[in-house]
Amino acid sequence: MTTTELDLRPRVPATEPVMSLRGITKRFGAVRALSRVDLDVYPGEVVALVGDNGAGKSTLVKILAGVHQQDDGTITFENAVVSITDPAAARELGISSVFQDLALCDNLDVVANLFLGHEVTTGGVIDEEEMERRSWELLRQLSARIPSVRTHVAALSGGQRQSVAIARALVGEPKVVVLDEPTAALGVAQTAEVLNLIERLRERGHGVVFVSHNLADVQAVADRVVVLRLGRNNGTFNTRDISYEDIIAAITGATDHGASRNPFTEEPA
Amino acid sequence: MTTIEVQPRTADEEFAERRRHIGQKIQHFVHRHPWSSPLAILIVTVMCFSAISAQFSAAVNLSLVLQQSAVLAAVSAGQVLVLISGGVDLSVGSLMVLTTLVVGKLSADAGLPDVIALLAGAAAGAALGAFNGSMIARFKLNPFIVTLGSLSIFGALVTLVSGGESIDAGKFGSLINLTGKSFKIAGFTFTWGIVVVAVLYLVLSYMLLQTSWGRHVFAVGDDSEAARLVAIRVSRVRMSVYIAAGVIMAIAGWVLIGRTAAASPQAATTVNLDSITAVVIGGTSLAGGRGSIIGAVVGSVLVTVFRNGLFLVGVDALYQNLAVGVLTIVAVGLDQWIRKVKA
Repeated sequence: MTTTELDLRPRVPATEPVMSLRGITKRFGAVRALSRVDLDVYPGEVVALVGDNGAGKSTLVKILAGVHQQDDGTITFENAVVSITDPAAARELGISSVFQDLALCDNLDVVANLFLGHEVTTGGVIDEEEMERRSWELLRQLSARIPSVRTHVAALSGGQRQSVAIARALVGEPKVVVLDEPTAALGVAQTAEVLNLIERLRERGHGVVFVSHNLADVQAVADRVVVLRLGRNNGTFNTRDISYEDIIAAITGATDHGASRNPFTEEPA
Repeated sequence: MTTIEVQPRTADEEFAERRRHIGQKIQHFVHRHPWSSPLAILIVTVMCFSAISAQFSAAVNLSLVLQQSAVLAAVSAGQVLVLISGGVDLSVGSLMVLTTLVVGKLSADAGLPDVIALLAGAAAGAALGAFNGSMIARFKLNPFIVTLGSLSIFGALVTLVSGGESIDAGKFGSLINLTGKSFKIAGFTFTWGIVVVAVLYLVLSYMLLQTSWGRHVFAVGDDSEAARLVAIRVSRVRMSVYIAAGVIMAIAGWVLIGRTAAASPQAATTVNLDSITAVVIGGTSLAGGRGSIIGAVVGSVLVTVFRNGLFLVGVDALYQNLAVGVLTIVAVGLDQWIRKVKA
């Protein structure tokens, strides 16, 4: 197979994106953080969102999480146009996020953190046993190494905390999982562990948005790479068809993919 | 498959365990069980006072200590809730006194039945708590400043409502006065007020430890931004905490009427700050997110024992305040040291 324009189609079997962003624009005062950004996420694929500092990655993630709302543009989720007004709305839709600072509560144990905001209750009382059982199940599915689900999160290592944060994103069976720089603060072994988790998410059929600075990590797990530059799309690539240098060139603006239309936004001929 | 695999500990973890000094082990234990240090201090204090004064350990006096502790413990129940949520309430005492006057006026002057008067007191407590809560949760004002303001406002309202005069318990019905009635078990005298406080603590423990709401209170206190990101409605939680504290103050007020046999504008003037002292001594962090409900009871008893014991030993009231002040600073220092533990 040669790398023609047409081969840029996702290699995943799914035909309909679970989530589509079109023309997302976000301004903070005079600063235009995002300008008409498009993004598609298919079920069972990992989309890497890459770009330099200030490219708008975090802003886009926060819009998906319901922390910010876009000024313009539409978000289509499972064929319906939706508005994500707050974090609760994002969770209800089935978009869950793992934030860069993880947003874990150090004073609570692993079980409490996993189900925080979504406690399993029977008659108003927290069902600790059921939550503990489900926690083990979840962590085992992800092959996450946690010494005990009753440890306080403060006592865990960086990689373990990341595992808990990722596992938490899966509570409530979301359709799309967004991970913001999940490997940024981790060592080599822990990074490998997290990349493993991301592959597990794909196997489970979640659509994964993976924000990263580390192109080695991106090439290791991503199916597609969406490049943002200065708040605009600067190309969408199939990971296996593109070299490290090509991605760098798109990130830094040495090549301009913004002018030509993204093939995914065009109607099939 | 229901087997649970516990991952073997890594060499690092084993090593970290062994590396801990005895001091760190104590620090660790106290970190896990925040009530343990005040309990140890309480036991030592009781032993010391018993050794110095035979009167102290008499059943009559120990009963009195418990009765004296009841009001402070009730107020501390509200305070511990607020502190765990990451706030602080300096107005608890004046809020409580204000509710006693509402109950007193409605019962004595308006002649309403006891139940109605008490419920109105609780409603007033909830409304005053909602005032604090809305300033803090909705308008994002600093809780210290807001409640410092409401301390003055509620204090002024107390004087306005009462005209500076207390209402004698003789004008109330038997339900309002119930908290002052006593019964004996094995030589010890208990009041129904103590029972009310015990029930209050049971309900509060249940709410904080067994319900989602309680867990959210802990989460908001630890990291309100993290709580918001997992879709917890942070301002609603904050609001509910101050309203609950207001209702708890009304219950504390009921206990206070029993204890002082009146609804008095001059009652319980030291309780605003004493409740913070008691709760912090009990192992609750001023930084929020970490707190002990049992600790609040232990702390309240400890503060009362200090005042009572020093009085019996013949120490001037001036030095009692000094001792409680020292106790507060020691407790806060201890809190700082414990928080340094990296678990």
